Amino acid sequence: MSKQSLLRAENVNKSFGAVVAANNININIDKGEKVSLIGSNGAGKTTFMNMVTGYLKPDTGNIYLKNEEITQLDPRIITQKGISRSFQIPQIFEPMTAWENLLIALGTSQKKHSYFKNARSKENADFIDEILNRFALNEFAHRQVSELPGGVRKLLDIAMALVRKPDILLLDEPTSGVGAEEKYPLMDTIAKALSGQGLTVIFVEHDMDIVQNYSDRIIAFYQGAVIADGNGNTVLNDSNVKKYVTGKTEVKAKL
Amino acid sequence: MSEKLYNNLLFQSIFLMLFLILVGLLIPNWLVFVITKAIAYGLVGLGIITLMRGGLVSFGQGFVFGIGGYTAGLLGTQAGLTDAMLLLFVSFLFTGLVGLIIAPLLARYRDIFFAMLSLAFSMVLYGILIKIDAIGGSDGFVLPESTYFGIKPSSEYADYLLYVVAIIMTGFISILLRYYYDSTPGLIALAVRENELRVEYLGSSAFNVAVLNFTIAAGLGGMGGALNGIALGHIDPEFTYWTTSGEFVFISILAGYLSVPAVFLAALLLELVRSFSGRYFPDTWQLILGLFLILSIIFIPSGIGSFFKQFFDRLKKSNK
Repeated sequence: MSKQSLLRAENVNKSFGAVVAANNININIDKGEKVSLIGSNGAGKTTFMNMVTGYLKPDTGNIYLKNEEITQLDPRIITQKGISRSFQIPQIFEPMTAWENLLIALGTSQKKHSYFKNARSKENADFIDEILNRFALNEFAHRQVSELPGGVRKLLDIAMALVRKPDILLLDEPTSGVGAEEKYPLMDTIAKALSGQGLTVIFVEHDMDIVQNYSDRIIAFYQGAVIADGNGNTVLNDSNVKKYVTGKTEVKAKL
Repeated sequence: MSEKLYNNLLFQSIFLMLFLILVGLLIPNWLVFVITKAIAYGLVGLGIITLMRGGLVSFGQGFVFGIGGYTAGLLGTQAGLTDAMLLLFVSFLFTGLVGLIIAPLLARYRDIFFAMLSLAFSMVLYGILIKIDAIGGSDGFVLPESTYFGIKPSSEYADYLLYVVAIIMTGFISILLRYYYDSTPGLIALAVRENELRVEYLGSSAFNVAVLNFTIAAGLGGMGGALNGIALGHIDPEFTYWTTSGEFVFISILAGYLSVPAVFLAALLLELVRSFSGRYFPDTWQLILGLFLILSIIFIPSGIGSFFKQFFDRLKKSNK
């Protein structure tokens, strides 16, 4: 365990019937790290994320946040303790505007003493405008979110998770469902919005170029187990990762 | 909503209350009575739209309507408490407390399960009330005449004074509810309605929102029941019957969940339809009511409140 350990999973196991979704996972993530989780579909990335955020409970093993056990806590409590997440399919409040979505996210993060004050106060409005500005969402502020394009919805989903000022931000496939030409601008916007906050970011991603460019550590999963963990070059050149994740194995025989 | 708009809301509400109090002097006594009853039903409807904002509909608000009515009645007959304002206030508090006690059970359920469980509570209460002869059984009992600050008015002014009390108390409750709807938990309730999972992942509790909203709805329902009982001068188990609960749902659907005044307008429409069809089509007034509901759902699915919202949105835009 390092000195600045923020999130720690110890011997975590999870099965769904005969399917092993998490196989003795041991992961330690330090403050400020940008970590990507890679692996093919069903490798266990999302299961790990769901266990960290409390949606799923491990069969055995423990998860710690800032050395406090969070294994059996509900998503709401884990969020309050400092882990926020975004979703592969943005979970936003469809009939409302982007501004109202952020207002609700802000409301949920406020202390009880300000609970019954007018939520649309100038102070709250200024804070929301600042978040919108940081994510380049100003022009969409007062549009109903059901009308917004995919990339913008993704950004809003992440912005909502960030309002609470978490210690750890989990991003579930931030570029999925976004056109190839939009991926880098989207990731640039996210990276810019998150920069300078010392935030720990863990994201699930399938695009290896994005993984290499935006993370300083990669954890590869296969059949519920961690098969490689380290910096980009080490992990992406690992033979098991090439074989089971990236599919970049050398062809040794031809048909 | 800005501070300026809130101040305007307060000013406009007080002005509207004064206007309605004056109007009460000019309209016939039967209409004063109808409006008072509409306010009683509107209070219960207001509770249902508070629940609807959080994605829940109760089919059993007769439960709290009955508890409120019986609370006022028993306080009058057993404890000699006859002050109308005090009876309404105590009924509000007591029924709110009952709501708070059963809300944690109800708040674990959603959709039709919540609706039917709430209905089950009202049916159980109905079953109990008709069996208790000490409080009149199925016939109920008569309430003592109400007093106002220790004064018992002549029968000529009794209806009007109750109408004034109802206007004032409901007016201030409506303002408080508007504040609540625009506060953080009020907004979170709207979010729960759309996506409960996301609300939990934002660190808020959908369960707590449901408990709070049910408690408020119970208090409002209780006050409505007390007002109805005082207006009629009589209380019986019909207050808790499922058809009574159905009328509250009718009011809520007709009003929609977007506006507070729309609920009272919807309740007044119901009372007028009931009064006129009861007079001219005595055996078929449910038919008229049913047709009225069909037309409402087809032509104004978002309720009367959607007109109010459109009007105020336009007003806000023009102010900008």
